[in-house]
Amino acid sequence: MKRVAAIVAVLALVAVAGWFVWPSAPEVRGQEQTIAVVDGPSGDQRVEIDTTFFPPPGGEKAPAVLLAHGFGGSKQSVRGQATRLAQDGYAVLTWSARGFGRSTGQIALNSPDYEVKDVKQLIDWLARRPEVLLDASGDPRVGIAGGSYGGSIALMTAAHDQRVDAIVPSITWADLADALFPDATGSGPANGVFKRMWAGFFFGRGGGAVQGLETQGLGALTQRPQPLSADEARCGRFLPEICDIYQKVAETGRATPEAITLLRRSSPVTVAGQIKAPTLLIQGRRDSLFTLGQADANAKAIAAGGTPVSMAWFDGGHDGGDGEADWLHEQTTSWFGHHLKRDGSPVAAPFTVTRDGGRDPGTRQRIRLHPEADAYPGLGGTATTQVALTGPEQHVVNPPGGSPAAISTVPGVSGLLGGQGNTSFSLDMPGQSASFESRPLTAPLQLTGSPTVKVKVSGKGQVTLFAKLFDVSDSIQPPTLPAGLVAPFRVTIPEGAGSVEATVTLPAVDHTFAVGHRLRLTVATTDMGYATPVEAASYQVGLVTPALAVPTVAALAAPAAGVDWWVWALPLAAVVLAGVLLATGRNPARRRSGLRLSLAGSRPAPVGTTATATEGTTATVGASAGATAAEGTTTAAGAADTKATVGTAPTSLGATPAPGGRDGGSGDHAATASPAPVAHGANGAGGGARAKVNGASLTAGGPGDADVPLEISGLTKAYRNGELAVDGLSFRVERGQVLGLLGPNGAGKTTTMRMMMGLIRPDDGDIRIFGEPVVPGAPVLSRLGSFVEGAGFLPHLSGRENIELYWAATGRPVADAHVDEALEIAGLGKALERAVRTYSQGMRQRLAIAQAMLGLPDLLVLDEPTNGLDPPQIREMREVLKRYARDGRTVIVSSHLLSEVEQTCSHVVVMHRGRLVTTGPVSVLLSGAVSTNGHGPRLEDVFLDLIGEKS
Amino acid sequence: MTPATTGTAAPGYAPHRTLPLKVEIVRQFKRRRTLVMFGLLMALPWILVVAFQFGPQASGDRQPSLRISDLASASGLNFAAFVLSVSVSFLLVVAVALFCGDTVASEANWSSLRYLLAAPVPRDRLLRQKLIVALGYSATAIICLPLMALLAGTLAFGWHDIQVPGTGETIAALDVLPRFGIVIGYALVSQLVVAALAFLISTVTDSPLGAVGGAVGLWIVSTILQAVEALGSLREFLPTFWNTAWLDALAPELDWSGMLKGASVSVTYAAILIAVAFRRFRTKDVVS
Repeated sequence: MKRVAAIVAVLALVAVAGWFVWPSAPEVRGQEQTIAVVDGPSGDQRVEIDTTFFPPPGGEKAPAVLLAHGFGGSKQSVRGQATRLAQDGYAVLTWSARGFGRSTGQIALNSPDYEVKDVKQLIDWLARRPEVLLDASGDPRVGIAGGSYGGSIALMTAAHDQRVDAIVPSITWADLADALFPDATGSGPANGVFKRMWAGFFFGRGGGAVQGLETQGLGALTQRPQPLSADEARCGRFLPEICDIYQKVAETGRATPEAITLLRRSSPVTVAGQIKAPTLLIQGRRDSLFTLGQADANAKAIAAGGTPVSMAWFDGGHDGGDGEADWLHEQTTSWFGHHLKRDGSPVAAPFTVTRDGGRDPGTRQRIRLHPEADAYPGLGGTATTQVALTGPEQHVVNPPGGSPAAISTVPGVSGLLGGQGNTSFSLDMPGQSASFESRPLTAPLQLTGSPTVKVKVSGKGQVTLFAKLFDVSDSIQPPTLPAGLVAPFRVTIPEGAGSVEATVTLPAVDHTFAVGHRLRLTVATTDMGYATPVEAASYQVGLVTPALAVPTVAALAAPAAGVDWWVWALPLAAVVLAGVLLATGRNPARRRSGLRLSLAGSRPAPVGTTATATEGTTATVGASAGATAAEGTTTAAGAADTKATVGTAPTSLGATPAPGGRDGGSGDHAATASPAPVAHGANGAGGGARAKVNGASLTAGGPGDADVPLEISGLTKAYRNGELAVDGLSFRVERGQVLGLLGPNGAGKTTTMRMMMGLIRPDDGDIRIFGEPVVPGAPVLSRLGSFVEGAGFLPHLSGRENIELYWAATGRPVADAHVDEALEIAGLGKALERAVRTYSQGMRQRLAIAQAMLGLPDLLVLDEPTNGLDPPQIREMREVLKRYARDGRTVIVSSHLLSEVEQTCSHVVVMHRGRLVTTGPVSVLLSGAVSTNGHGPRLEDVFLDLIGEKS
Repeated sequence: MTPATTGTAAPGYAPHRTLPLKVEIVRQFKRRRTLVMFGLLMALPWILVVAFQFGPQASGDRQPSLRISDLASASGLNFAAFVLSVSVSFLLVVAVALFCGDTVASEANWSSLRYLLAAPVPRDRLLRQKLIVALGYSATAIICLPLMALLAGTLAFGWHDIQVPGTGETIAALDVLPRFGIVIGYALVSQLVVAALAFLISTVTDSPLGAVGGAVGLWIVSTILQAVEALGSLREFLPTFWNTAWLDALAPELDWSGMLKGASVSVTYAAILIAVAFRRFRTKDVVS
């Protein structure tokens, strides 16, 4: 237990130390400063740009990254991201764009005349910083990253300034006019449907209001609005010309040519061909403001100029979603690492899509997969699946005033509600929509891109409609509108024609339609997010061809994530480790006994000449190396003090058997039957060498006398605290003896018996039963019957069951058990059929002795057998033991009761404090004692004399 | 030991014949705690059936909920899944810890261990036979519970297709039966780590309750650690982390990855813990 506690403590200490030593991210400190820039169409407007510069932590020159904020934000909103990038070893500059935060000037929507000029001068500023790596004089190694408004400045700047080396624009637009006036028939913004609510957010919040587009979450609502001046309330911080145009289009809901021209000036798609910086476009799958189509337009335009472009569709966008902040950071640093640091970071695949990977089996949290494709296929996919849609031509009405309107996405709210799942809140008003449905799918369908469908609209005049594609699972759950996206389109029915056909491109999504689900195309007349006509009208909507063309990208189908390597490696490693644990722990016993056996060469025969006795007792490996036995008296450290005393034991032992030999019929055995030890003693070096061989292989079991029931030599066992329980004990028992193991409590009798049974491993020395060394589980133990320190029975079983099951556990034939003889000794009668837990102590004791006698073992070891027996039983037990030994078997009885030993035993071994005091036949011990007080010699006197406690 | 050395053994003795499985099974089976544990596992489904039958009925027009507990009375299969879900996190852990933690420690407690070792049953063999029997009892418990639940649920709620928790989709009953086999198989593998842990503690202590309690206690600690989000992906290597991965087998799309990871972690721990148990016990001084 102590050791376990120590290990735990050490592990805890290591963990704590590791915690402190673990390299923490380097500290990054931002330097605030205002940078004065000059911009305007004629380059004469002075603007103060509020910036924060984060120098790279290393102190070496590093590439720079310009980090732009989103609309309505400021440099503060990207602070966390900037710190993270700087920790990765970049010089990061964040700034509040003109018209935002503390920067002066007015918002010009990333116009080349204003914001782009500002950023060019920020790059000039970076080129002068000593921390920034330069490609050439005045040309820093610089990348630009940013989301939404910040993404478009990255694109615009890269197009106008060739010093930019890499950009990572995210959730941004390609064509602002197209984004705000989309038309799914592809007729351009002039015909587009005004994205009223988003545009309102976009322009309305550009003023003094603080709520930014990227300030998502409920936190934005908790800020108290600032009171505005009349001018601010009208135009905020927009350039007046932008403000005027916006107000005009917002009122009419139609894009004027001036508005389109103005918005196009702020649109990267017009200049994207000039971008030479490798571009990673990250667009949100949940974005009804800047759809995947916007990124698609950027990608096409940039790629047309020969510049490398990668596209990633992540789970996020202006409508919420997870945001995947960590994954985006990873992608960004990897892109910059590859193109700015040029450190060989893996570059993002040309096309990556975040997909729902179900729930993590451990956490039950939603997980995301990122399948990749080697080429960006565009919104048309690499293949097209035609899905048949059925449905008659249906009447739809446009309600007067355009209300109530269908709901697909509520800008700013979907994000607030944390649209985590795939489902979005969508609602169609009755009578306002026509639906066309497919049959349940027989195979899953993975839509990646923009499906197209050809519709026919009958009625008259201009018709504004909204097409959307639902995933219909069953009647219980409402249909889901993937990403909450709709495709608005406007068709004009020519005078007199009565109807018009149009090919509608549905919103680009990545969505899996599961087996059994149906696809439902809905064409509605209203949508809350868009400007719709106020006049009531009625139309018919039908399909020209009853099919929907669904683009798919098979290359993305295989998820990149396979089985983690550790799933296989861990169990394999564990099995190997387990094998090593078992193999190395295999035979400490064998190694030990090998050691002991190599000593055996120099080990004296317990009974032998004086020469062997003096060699005695101890032996070390060193001694066996061909040295004569006599040299072997040096011993391992710690045993030195014990050796002297041990040495006396065999001597006295050696002395005693000679006179007492006849008594047990063992004297001749001592002389003749143990030739091996004698031979060693005589042969000196030769014997030692041979013993060493034996010791190494052990197969021969070393020298031992198969006829000697028990032979113990140099047996030593220490308690945990180092105190010796058994100390250099050596004695020998011959056939037919009833040996009493005598000693006061704590003399080491029981410990010795446990070592005889192979339960405890000796620290040193050797026990042999019938010549075989005793190790745990040694087969020779099957010839030993034992009863040590009380009975051990299964309390829930009866006495008979216990006995029978015990014998069955030995695996020996039932016929060999002699169960009846043993049970007769126990004398339990009917109690034998009762559960052992009902037994008295004496009954258990007798049953345990009976168990020890099962199979009539050649050597019977009993520890205090008469404890708990009544006097008649004690007498009976004595007779049983004597009778048992008469048949040539051997009995060892331990006791602290002298009278007991005197009456039962032929021989006695006296122990005290773990050491052998004396040994010999009881009669000899008695005869050697001096009669003191007129009585005959009593063993008690002899005993007390021997252990030196005679009063 | 080689056969050659058995010449010195008593006639008829062979190490590989000691402590036959049959004997160990009988020794353990008649124990009261074995019978009580099996009785409890057998009775639990019926108690739950009664609870569902007599509990207040949900009003019919309520929006059908898709939690596993609300679906329990939908069919016998749903009920069996529910019973498994409520018992796998604790009851089965206790059962497995009991069978595996008690096996060696109780012998030490009764002092019968030393007589078995002196018989002699070689130590490795003693552990092996006891481990096999304890795992056998554990497996029987884990298999019996869902089977009994299936029987009770089918009698009470009928044999219908299973309704998948969470999505409410239905899978045909016959299709889901093999999935049920997977669930039970995974429960078996994921409890291996409990078994191994209890077994290891069993070999180092003389107190059966200490072994069972120790294993269950460490299990609880692991469950608590699992709730510490700050540990991040380290938690994936906690033995309890993948406990509920079997739910994937009842999803419309069978997903192996979680169960593979869970099985991997479980087998890893089990292999090492069992190896340590054998290694320790081999050289241990048996003083009980």
